This record gives sequence, C-alpha cells and structure tokens, in this order.
Amino acid sequence: MSTVRVDIHKLTRVEGHGDIGVLVEDGKLKEASWEIVETPRYFEVMLKGKHYTSAAVLTSRICGICSIGHTLASLRATEHALGVEIPRVARKLRLLAKHGETLQSHYLHLFFLAVPDFLGAPSAIALIEADPELVGVAARLKRLGNTISEVAAGRMTHPVSLLVGGVAKMPERTRLAEIKAELEASLELVKKVIETFATLEIPEFARETEFVSLGGTEDYPWIGGRIVSTDGVDLAEADYLQATNEYCTDGNTSKWTKLSRESYAVGALARLNNNFDKLTERARQVARDLGLTPVNHNPFMNNIAQLVECVHVTEDAIRLVEELLDEPKGIETMAPVEASAGRGVGAAEVPRGILFHDYEYDESGRIVRANCIIPTTQNNANIHHDLGALVEEYVKRGANDEQMELLCSMLVRAYDPCISCSVH
Amino acid sequence: MQYLGIQPKRPKIAVFDFTGCEGCELQLANKEETLVDFLAAVEVVAFREVMTDAGDDYEIALIEGAISRADEEALLRQIRDRAGVVVALGTCACYGGVNRLKNTFDLGEANREVYGDKPKETSEVRAVGDVVEVDLAIPGCPVNKAEVERIVQHVVLDVAFSFPAYPVCVECKQRFNICLVDRGQLCLGPIVQAGCDAPCPTGGRGCWGCRGPARDANVPEYLSALKEKGFGEDEVRERLGFFGAFEGAVG
Ligand code: SF4
Ligand code: SF4
Ligand code: SF4
Repeated sequence: MSTVRVDIHKLTRVEGHGDIGVLVEDGKLKEASWEIVETPRYFEVMLKGKHYTSAAVLTSRICGICSIGHTLASLRATEHALGVEIPRVARKLRLLAKHGETLQSHYLHLFFLAVPDFLGAPSAIALIEADPELVGVAARLKRLGNTISEVAAGRMTHPVSLLVGGVAKMPERTRLAEIKAELEASLELVKKVIETFATLEIPEFARETEFVSLGGTEDYPWIGGRIVSTDGVDLAEADYLQATNEYCTDGNTSKWTKLSRESYAVGALARLNNNFDKLTERARQVARDLGLTPVNHNPFMNNIAQLVECVHVTEDAIRLVEELLDEPKGIETMAPVEASAGRGVGAAEVPRGILFHDYEYDESGRIVRANCIIPTTQNNANIHHDLGALVEEYVKRGANDEQMELLCSMLVRAYDPCISCSVH
Repeated sequence: MQYLGIQPKRPKIAVFDFTGCEGCELQLANKEETLVDFLAAVEVVAFREVMTDAGDDYEIALIEGAISRADEEALLRQIRDRAGVVVALGTCACYGGVNRLKNTFDLGEANREVYGDKPKETSEVRAVGDVVEVDLAIPGCPVNKAEVERIVQHVVLDVAFSFPAYPVCVECKQRFNICLVDRGQLCLGPIVQAGCDAPCPTGGRGCWGCRGPARDANVPEYLSALKEKGFGEDEVRERLGFFGAFEGAVG
C-alpha cells in the first residue's frame, strides 16, 4: 500500500508562518498536522497600562491586512467599557471603511494567494504574463478597496481617522462621489471574475463542521451582534468566552478553540452559512450560480464565499455612500468621551472571521487587563482536523506526494489564515 | 523601465518577514497602478507572502519586522551574508516598532499570562540594525509606498537617496491642516522625520512618531513646550515610547 509524505516548512502565500506535516504509511494516516511556528508577540501584555486613546492604535498593529477590523473591534470594546454611544453617521463611516478592507483583503486573497494554485501558476506575478486582463481587473478591484478605506478612514493599513467616540472627520463629497462611480463600474468588472471562478475546479471534499459567526442582526453582520452557530448556539457578544474556550497546545504558538465539537470554523463561509438570507439578491444569485448554498461543509468553498461577499459588500457600500452624500454639511461625527472604570467587549466580523477584543479600564482610563481572540486562532484546530480528513479521503483516491502537497496547501490557503494575527 | 534612454539592470530583490504585522510588505503589493512598472524594474526572487518559489540568489534584501527569537537572528545573519544591500523596511525593522514595548516587561511573567504552563521561546526585541549592518533604513508604520518606490528607483539607477531634513510638521502645513495641538491634541509632528506626507494629522489624529526623530529635531525643547501647553508627562512618555523610535533621542 501507498506511503505519502508531505512536509512543508513555512507555507508560502499565506500571511505569517505555519507548517504542514502529513504522513501516510501503508495507506493508513499516521499524522496530519497544522502547526503555527510564528514568533509570539504578547500584545495583551503590551496593552496593560495603555490609555484608552492608544488601545486601537496599538492593536491595529496586530495585523497589517485587517488593521481596520482590529481597530473597530478595539474601539467598540473601549466604547462599551466607557459607555460611549457614537453618532449614527460615524457608524456608517466605520462600516464603509470596513467594506473597503473586506474588498481589498478578499481580492488580495483570491487573486494573489489562492487562484494561482487553481491555474497552476507559482504566483500572481507569473499570472501577469498568462492572463494580463484578469490581473488588470484584479488590481483595479483591489485598489478600489484601498481607496474606499482611505476615503473613510484616512489610510487603509493602520487607519488614522477612526477614534474612540466616532470618526475624526467626514470625507470630502467629491471623493465620496468618485468611489460611488467606481463601485458601480466594479459591478460590471466583477462579472469577469465570476466567469473565471465558474471554471475553477474546487476540490471535492466535505467534513461536517460547526460554523460560528456574528448574527441576529437585521443586516449581514460586520460590526457587533450576537454569536451564532450552525449547531444552534446563540450567545451575547459579551459572552464570547463561552463561545471560544481557548486552550494551549504544545508546539503551537497560537492557541486553539472549541465550542460544540472538537473544533469550529469562522470566516466568509461561516458568515454566509449563518446569514445567507441577509445577502443582497444579486449576491445570493452569484452564490447559487457557483454552487454555494447553506449549509455548505466544503472548506474550499470559502474562496467562493469570499467572492459572494465581495458582490454583497460592493452593493452595500454604494448604499452607504449614497446615504453619506445625503447627510447635511457639518454633521457631528464624534461623541464626547470621558475616562471611567469599566469592562467592555467588542466583536467584529473581519475578513477571516469573528474577532473579539475585551478590555478592563481603571478610573483614569488605562487598561488593567486585555484579551483578544483572533479568527485564525479559532480556525487553527479546524484546519488541523480538516487536514486529516482530507488526506484520508485523497489517499483512497490514490493521490501521490505531490498532489497531496498541493491539496493540503490549497486547503490551508482556502482558510486565508492570518498567522501573525493568531500569535498576537 | 528606461532612464535617459538607458535600460538599467534589474536588480534581484528578496523580501523577508520577521516579527511584525506584514503591513509593510502589503504596501509593496498595494498602489496597484504602479505595481506592474515596479515589477518591471526589479526581479522579485523571494517573497513568501505572495510567491511559492524562493531563490537564494539576490542582491537586495528587504527586511520587514523586528528580531525576537534565536532562529530569526540566525536567518538574518545568513541573509546579510548573501545580499549586497540590506534594507530595513518599516519601523519594526528600523527601531523594533511596537514590539519593543515587550522589552518593558518581564518575559517569564508575560509568557505565563498568555500561554499558562506552556511558555514559548522568545527573546528581547531588537531592530535589524542591532543584529547586522543595515545599508538603508526606511521607517514608517507602515512604510509609505510612494517613498519606497522613489528609493528603489534611486537604488536601481545607483543614485544616492536622502530623506528630507525637515519634520512631518512641514508636510502637515503644506496640506493646509488646522493644527491639532492648538485644539488640545498631542502631536509629535515637529520632531518626527518627514516623508510620510503627514497622513495622521491630515486624518484628524496627532502624529504618533512612527518614523522616529527628524535629523535636526530638538526633542528636549519640544517636550518642554508640550509641558507648558499642559500635556501630561504620562501621555507624552507613552507616545514617545510607542514605536521604540525615540530611545536615546530623549535628553
Ligand atoms: S512597521 Fe508597522 S506596518 Fe510595518 S510590519 Fe511593523 S507593525 Fe506592521
Ligand atoms: S498637527 Fe502636528 S504636524 Fe500638523 S501642524 Fe500641528 S504640530 Fe505640526
Ligand atoms: S504622521 Fe507621524 S505617525 Fe503618521 S505616518 Fe507620519 S510619522 Fe507616522
């Protein structure tokens, strides 16, 4: 019987450092592991003693790709702790900034990190020659995400206008009008992307999984809400510890989590599985056309779920920009903030899944204790268990070392792991 | 890319990430409008975040992140031996960045707090230049892509690059911003190295000093001016220590 061995040290085209190890002897699975080897960073300890105005500036640096998501979860935790209610228009600006990040992060992952595998290219740089039109479309779509975040938050990586109490300023109307036009044009461009994805061969695989995301909101959830799962869990945002149950393992510098089963999944597929009805009609149609309906248990479909979310987010961003353009001149974007003792939890759906920040403040507005739970931390155990099931399935189908290595790499990449985040 | 009708050689570039958020690397993939030109001017041989292949043959090594574990130090030394030019990319690489805050607490205790009875290997955070010789340091958290492109052009054309001598405050005034300090917000703009085009004060938040001290900055003088304006010592100390970029600059 066959022997299959996969040993990948520092998997490429993922954010951060992780290893895959697989060993099959005589057709039997001996080992399949996903291990995080990234250097630990200790952000929770760095947060201690920090003033409430610094918390989000610091935690933004947990991740360069989802820095807006971290900033928003952090601000929400602080605002809950200090009892601050932000102005309505600030909520819209924050969501718009978030949509920009979702678009830029999803398109980055789909084109630069995931698609090259499907098209048999070692990198998107190689794709420039093979399909310049597709790369051109991808670059334009991704840039639109950047521009939206820049307009709404001052900068895409490590935003500057998102402050405790709201958003520092209202964007210029001309810039809002520009992104509206570009968003509308992008709905046409994305058709080319959807066509390309319709031709990709998504590996056949399924493992029954519990999907956890925010939910219980009227709209598709991005900032705040209840914690829900496909196994029927329904918890308040503040009770996130009951949902995550973090624990440490040997070897890994990232922790693991579990809920109703030995592991669970978060991310685009989880959000979509829990909130399919809240997608725009157009996004739902794209999902159906690409064979994605809830509850889907194939982790490779996370790629498709990201594309569906891009369509949804584009339409929702157009709505937000229109509403912002209707706001009166000089509208207040900041609420007053005062230091006080208290604890607050903030949850946000960032591109890779549900993110929690939890801070406790003293009377002078300095942090006494902090906890952050990152999407990839929550996915790591699930990736590990998926790998075992995937290998067993494909050993039966007679995959060799090389095919198995590609499949395992593609599986991990489908989760779009953000490893430097997970060892914050 | 041509310059004065001459096709310059395309230097081989490798990108490496150590302890950081990968935000600086991301800037290299951003600014999509110039990405293709940028890629035509250089040959990228290793960039783990976006490429599967990795070459060992490179002239310029771009280093992102700080050094915080023994294996990172060993890899960095190996890169130094191979590369002709070592560039520290971003504040983490130049100064240690926010990671440097880790050096202010006891690591054993921090380990117990985060990992319980399964502590992880870690060491004191150092800047790239504390471990090996650095040829060029580009600060910024994150780096400013336009500035990185200008610098790469200089390297490709073999022309010396120098950072502006003036502070961020000058760039801020060029953008016609209303000064935040006058409105009661702390801002380090007058003592910080320009080159970012002042995105923070423009976006409504004081400068946090991510690019480190400006060449001719008189840090003690500005600190006493801040004190006179009523900014608390704690607040100012927290701000200066944030990116580890002012150690030694505070008299
Ligand atoms: S300098 Fe800032 S943006 Fe760059 S890697 Fe460090 S934390 Fe990230
Ligand atoms: S806001 Fe800061 S950088 Fe701008 S003028 Fe005032 S002190 Fe200078
Ligand atoms: S304004 Fe200050 S904090 Fe902002 S990027 Fe420039 S140097 Fe860094």
